[in-house]
Amino acid sequence: MTIERLVDHLATHWNYLAVIVLMMSGLYIAISRGNLVKKIMGMNVFQASVILMYVSMGKIHGGTAPILVEGVPDVVYTNPVPHVLMLTAIVVGVASTALGLALVVRTKEAYGTVEEDEIVALDRADDEREMATERAERRAAGAGA
Amino acid sequence: MDAQTALVASLCLPVVGAIGVQALGRTAGENVRDAWTVLVGLATFGCVTQLVGPVMSGARPSLWLPHQMAGLGLGFEVEPLGLLFGLVASGLWILTSLYGFGYMRGHHEKNQTRFFTCFALAIAAALGIAFAGDLVTLFLFYEILTFSTFPLVTHAGTEAAVRAGRVYLGILVSTSVLFLLLAILWTASISPTLRFTPGGILDGHIDGDAARLLFLLFAYGVGKAALMPFHRWLPAAMVAPTPVSALLHAVAVVKAGVFTVLKVALYVFGIDFLAQGEVSTAVVWIAAITILAASIRALYLDNFKARLAYSTISQLSYIVLGAALATSAAAMGAGLHILMHALGKITLFFVAGAVYVVAHKTEVSQLDGLGRRMPFTFGAFCVASFSIIGLPPLGGAWSKWYLVSGAFDAGQTLMALVFMASSLLSIGYLMPIVVRAFFRPLPAGEEEGVREIPMLMLLPICATALGCLLIFFYADAAYRLLAPVVGLAG
Amino acid sequence: MSHLYEHLPALQVLVPLMAAPLCFLLRKEALVGAFTVAVSFVCLGISASLLGQVLDGHVIVYEFGGWPRPFGIEYRIDLLNAFVLLTVSALAAVVFVAGPGQARRAIPPGREYLFYSAALLCLTGLLGVTITGDVFNVFVFMEISSLSSYILISLGRERRALMAAYSYLIMGTIGATFLLIGIGLMYQMTGTLNMVDMAERLQHVNHTRTVLVALAFVVVGISTKLAVFPLHQWLPNAYSFAPPIVSAFLASTATKVAYYLLIRFCLGLFGLVFVFETVGIDTLLMPLSVLAMFVGSIAAIYQTDFKRLLAYSSIAQIGYMTLGLSLATEAGVAAGIVHLFNHALMKGALFLVAACVTWRVGGTKIGAMKGLGQRMPWTMAALVASGLAIIGVPGTVGFVSKWALVSAALEKDALGLAFLIMASSVLAVVYVWRLVEVAYFATPEGEIEKKDAPLRLLIPTWILAGASIWFGLFSSFPMRVSELAAAQIFRVGL
Repeated sequence: MTIERLVDHLATHWNYLAVIVLMMSGLYIAISRGNLVKKIMGMNVFQASVILMYVSMGKIHGGTAPILVEGVPDVVYTNPVPHVLMLTAIVVGVASTALGLALVVRTKEAYGTVEEDEIVALDRADDEREMATERAERRAAGAGA
Repeated sequence: MDAQTALVASLCLPVVGAIGVQALGRTAGENVRDAWTVLVGLATFGCVTQLVGPVMSGARPSLWLPHQMAGLGLGFEVEPLGLLFGLVASGLWILTSLYGFGYMRGHHEKNQTRFFTCFALAIAAALGIAFAGDLVTLFLFYEILTFSTFPLVTHAGTEAAVRAGRVYLGILVSTSVLFLLLAILWTASISPTLRFTPGGILDGHIDGDAARLLFLLFAYGVGKAALMPFHRWLPAAMVAPTPVSALLHAVAVVKAGVFTVLKVALYVFGIDFLAQGEVSTAVVWIAAITILAASIRALYLDNFKARLAYSTISQLSYIVLGAALATSAAAMGAGLHILMHALGKITLFFVAGAVYVVAHKTEVSQLDGLGRRMPFTFGAFCVASFSIIGLPPLGGAWSKWYLVSGAFDAGQTLMALVFMASSLLSIGYLMPIVVRAFFRPLPAGEEEGVREIPMLMLLPICATALGCLLIFFYADAAYRLLAPVVGLAG
Repeated sequence: MSHLYEHLPALQVLVPLMAAPLCFLLRKEALVGAFTVAVSFVCLGISASLLGQVLDGHVIVYEFGGWPRPFGIEYRIDLLNAFVLLTVSALAAVVFVAGPGQARRAIPPGREYLFYSAALLCLTGLLGVTITGDVFNVFVFMEISSLSSYILISLGRERRALMAAYSYLIMGTIGATFLLIGIGLMYQMTGTLNMVDMAERLQHVNHTRTVLVALAFVVVGISTKLAVFPLHQWLPNAYSFAPPIVSAFLASTATKVAYYLLIRFCLGLFGLVFVFETVGIDTLLMPLSVLAMFVGSIAAIYQTDFKRLLAYSSIAQIGYMTLGLSLATEAGVAAGIVHLFNHALMKGALFLVAACVTWRVGGTKIGAMKGLGQRMPWTMAALVASGLAIIGVPGTVGFVSKWALVSAALEKDALGLAFLIMASSVLAVVYVWRLVEVAYFATPEGEIEKKDAPLRLLIPTWILAGASIWFGLFSSFPMRVSELAAAQIFRVGL
């Protein structure tokens, strides 16, 4: 592929380029960040990219809003279905964000932190404490026997 | 009673017995419970004997439940081999119950109700195997037998018992799932039916290496036949109370294993098909090696029950070898050996248990002089040993005769020698016990209190020993029963 | 009445959907509980009736609002999803009888109705995903069920439940969004969201790269929900820290619906030839399924927590299902479908056993289950019964599944694969037997009175444990339906 064709390609498909950039950065943030709130932000960016993808694919060049007007023939309308779908997707996205944030709040209450590595460390400490008590109990039982 | 009713009754009675034992064990006393066990045992045996006449005259009483899915039906069909196994299992159940009462009480075991419940369930499963009409039914009861005997093996509840239980279950379940079920499914995928059919169902559907592999899968899949190297569960199971070792690990469980191998050889492969194309060569060799290796191992074991366990492993492979040799005489020998070895080995285990209860001895080297204290017990031991070795006029002579002549028929002189060598080895591991018991003096300082065992235990011991002797003269009946199956003139 | 009968497909989803907010009106725990159970039994009745209608092979098409496709949304019920509907609503009905179980401790007193309403919403979502014939509708219902399942999981007793729910939320949302991307690309190529239209039009464009990418997104998205190895990381935490009742519900329904979706998209929409011959997805799915079977089972062996053990066992069992699909034969898919049903029964029973244990013992650490065989005889007997089913002992549903799956493998002459299936079920013996040993042979520390779980928990447990034996002995109903459903999707399509 020559440079010109590549440039040409990017110029006509820039919306997909934007979608891919947003999608990948969102996914990266959601996976790599340790902060629970940032993870949710990443997830939001990821979802936003999908919304962009749907909406841009419904767009028809020169199309207008799909409102029927009496007496105006030969009007090109933009496909309304993706927009409608995305309304639903936005609602779903908002709901999962809200729920995610609620969980973060509860996590903060329970652990005192929203950093994943600190939470993992706390959990591990719990495990070790538990194992230690178990071992001690077993030793006590052994001594008793 | 017509044959079909007898079939249903003999399958249901042990289950009813188990439920009854549970109920009576909780409400009535142990005497009522034990009387009930004997009663059910007698009734079951009675029902099974009702089947002899029709089967002898060529009928095949059967019961097929409606098919549930393609190839997966449940059904029973009584044929001579299964009937013989059923007779052995249900008949010896009565004697073992009597012995078991004496043993369990003499030993003050706990959880006797659970013990006798599982015992009855195990017998039900054994009869299910005996009368199974197709491979799936057989597999179902095979697994039920494994799981119902597990609580018996781990009865003591000690760490050692749990560990032995793990070995027991691990080997039996994994071989059955890995090999046997695979073999059954394989059979199902190539054969139009899974029903046991005289002459086999596989001829023309499989050949060459695939057939060899399939037979090997069957032989190893039946872990209860204890072919090496999957034999370790049997010595492990010896942690169980002796009545369990006697009935299950000398008769019901292990015989269920070799019975399955024999049944597969006769009714799935068919001996003609096995003999052509040398389908069973690998199994012949494995069985021969198992016979010799287990016998040699038995020579060196001091623990009484472990020695008997290895003897059992060796004797079981007689039957597998008989099946794999794939001649009429060898198959007859294998069938007869199920009966002969059961009578002999159960006696030996009864004696081992009796010695443990009365004198608290577990090792062979501790048996010095006990024969003079317990003449009947060790007399019975001596008789049963001769039967295992194969000396006339005891039952074991017949089965060995047919096995050896079957080996010659198959042109396998080497295998005939294996049988002979194993007989010599069995003299080597059984006779020292008799010699010690009768001809060595009691060690000094030994307590004087050791006496002959209680009647409840002695009676079954004498009965089975007498059985070894009588069966020599009445072996003809068993021969006539089996003759049509293995293709010999009746 | 006959009028109502025609609208059964809509009612299947609408009844639980409407019932969820009604819980707010009833408020009182006993009332809401009884109401939820009643609703779930109504759902069960509806799905049984629907299955009865499609048994002869015809397909119910229900057009919402009378709008024909491609304008309206239609519900489309063939044998496959009627069977899944029945499985889901039956399991829901049985599990809801048990009530919130020990989740009650995580819920402030007087707020139990919120639990029930989330559970009903989750059921709505699962039924909706299964019944709908519109791909975007699939996404919406999937999110409804997922969101409510995050809530349910977060109700677990330990604080780790919060993190488990959170990780599931992130993974689940990413998975659902992948599905959404895939659906978008499919829509882009076909201009329709209706499954029937889409399947037809995809045949003409499936040489394009867009459809290939769509397939990739859809399969990965669904696989995340299904917890196909190696996308299973969310599952162990979610199932082990959720309240056991919730685990019982989700383990026996949520992954099953995801499996249904995978079949529907792969075989119904994209088509057998494209997915398995052109793309060759089985070269990936088969090794992953086998790996799942072994990794899941081996991991289960080493767990110290009962519920976590069950969770890993679920991963292995999902491997059996996807293995059935990856065989790409009618018999293989039938085996997968019948295992869907069978696994729902046995895993549901086992998680309910976990609920009983939690009720009495306070936790599900295997070490804390010592001697429970004497203390909770009925619960532990259910453990043994359903454990035997997991192992695949004949006479249980597990055996039926294994029989079907291995037969399907042998039909393709894959003897090695058959051997691997057997070998992995031997591993199941090990982890099930560890539990049985602890329950029956270990001596408990200290004297604790002999007291079984309350009947409210025991009855559903025994219904499922009993069913996993019953359908093992009398397997013709699930087996026949699965075979017919697989035949329908192979021969008729969609």
